[in-house]
Amino acid sequence: MKFFEKLASIDRRIIYLLLALAVVVPILLKLVLPITVSEPVKSAYAAIDGLSDGSVVMVSIDYDASSAPEVQPMLLSVLRHCFAKKHKVVMLGQWPLGLPFGEIGMTTVVDEINRAAQSPADSIRYGANYVNLGYRPGYRALMVGLGREFRDFFATDYRSAPVDSLPLMRPIHNYNDIDLLVGLEAGQAGDEWIQYAGARYGLQIVIGATGVVAPDMFHYMQARQIKGLIGGLQGAAEYETLMQHPGTGTAGMVPQSWAHLLLLAFIVLGNVGYFVMRRKKA
Amino acid sequence: MMHIIGTWIAAGLTLAIFSFLYKDNPFYKFAEHLYVGVSAAFAILYTWAFDVWPMLVEPMFYGRGAASAADRWILLVPMLFGLLMLSRWFPKIGWLSRWAIALTVGIAAGLGITGQIQGILLPQVAGTLVPLTSLDNVLMVVGVISTLVYFYFSIAQKGAVKVGSRLGMIFIMVAFGASFGYTVMARISLLIGRLYFLAYDWLHLVR
Repeated sequence: MKFFEKLASIDRRIIYLLLALAVVVPILLKLVLPITVSEPVKSAYAAIDGLSDGSVVMVSIDYDASSAPEVQPMLLSVLRHCFAKKHKVVMLGQWPLGLPFGEIGMTTVVDEINRAAQSPADSIRYGANYVNLGYRPGYRALMVGLGREFRDFFATDYRSAPVDSLPLMRPIHNYNDIDLLVGLEAGQAGDEWIQYAGARYGLQIVIGATGVVAPDMFHYMQARQIKGLIGGLQGAAEYETLMQHPGTGTAGMVPQSWAHLLLLAFIVLGNVGYFVMRRKKA
Repeated sequence: MMHIIGTWIAAGLTLAIFSFLYKDNPFYKFAEHLYVGVSAAFAILYTWAFDVWPMLVEPMFYGRGAASAADRWILLVPMLFGLLMLSRWFPKIGWLSRWAIALTVGIAAGLGITGQIQGILLPQVAGTLVPLTSLDNVLMVVGVISTLVYFYFSIAQKGAVKVGSRLGMIFIMVAFGASFGYTVMARISLLIGRLYFLAYDWLHLVR
């Protein structure tokens, strides 16, 4: 009884400390767990992999700093996959504060590929292989409007260059010229892409979402409104596994598991304590 | 050099925010206010650079992206509505902002209705009409029907309706549990991201 009473009044800072240790220790020891890839992530991978070489993939950056640890590894993996398949990438975003993360991710992957390139043909160039259109306001109206003409919203790109000065953008006018949309979501924008670009224009969509958003995306997956779903850091780790390029997603799986075990232990202990104390009081 | 300075600033601010877990303190308050201020400044900059400048100033005054004179002058309409929105700062003419708000609400409602019907209701109903040939499909159909029964308030919850309603509540609870589980995972992921940054980018403890 006393044990449970003490447990019930434990200082929350001790719980924080235990949680921090559960996360830090596996990071420092660089522990790795085998990762099993789930069907929604396999489908997302297959959607990009199944496109013919040189297809146009639009990537929407709909997250910012508060969710970057979960979604940024997805961006890196998706970009690596797209460029490995010689796809062209059109980046844009619905979250104005997220675009720098898109730019950082793109620069990281492009530098990585260009450093390893054996010839100019293997290298990735801005305007030819990828563009960053940046952010424009409008949200739903923008998603509907892009189905008519990109230039109505994006006369210039992220760097203020006219879009028609970019060879990649010249033949792209609306969703008919986009083969797949990869929406990286930390909020409502994923639903909006599915409702306005997917349902109205038939745009093929893959969603990468934070753990908070992912459960609300499964019904779209079930109804085949999206081609694949990468959910949370776990989804990012699974995609890294498929790409055979481990990153922060994979590195985060052991701390994640340890933290979950700790939380499970707290939940079980808390409930046992609650019932024991209730019985004693009765 | 700039990268090192940036990393140290980011690490310092991360620790300042984490210090709130011990108790409220001036370091936390400083980091909090700095974050709010920088975010607001960033948002203003982005609104100007990616909204007002390319979608209003450039096409109207420099003709960029405007195919004809009509394309330029039509922009006077949204500009006027935008200015009306600012009238809220002046109590005597504040009522003018309602026109701009009415326009925004009207557009949002129009788009919302079509989006909900075309993008959610019809595809989701179609997605539920599946052959009951697998356990997954049976569970899904039973879950949808019993959840709908739970939210059906026009008849008394007795007999079969009560059983269906209870079953619906179980499905709803399972959905909440799954959602909460994912949320826990998401929050832990953010903690991992920050601690990984401190160990990897700042202290170089992990190679």
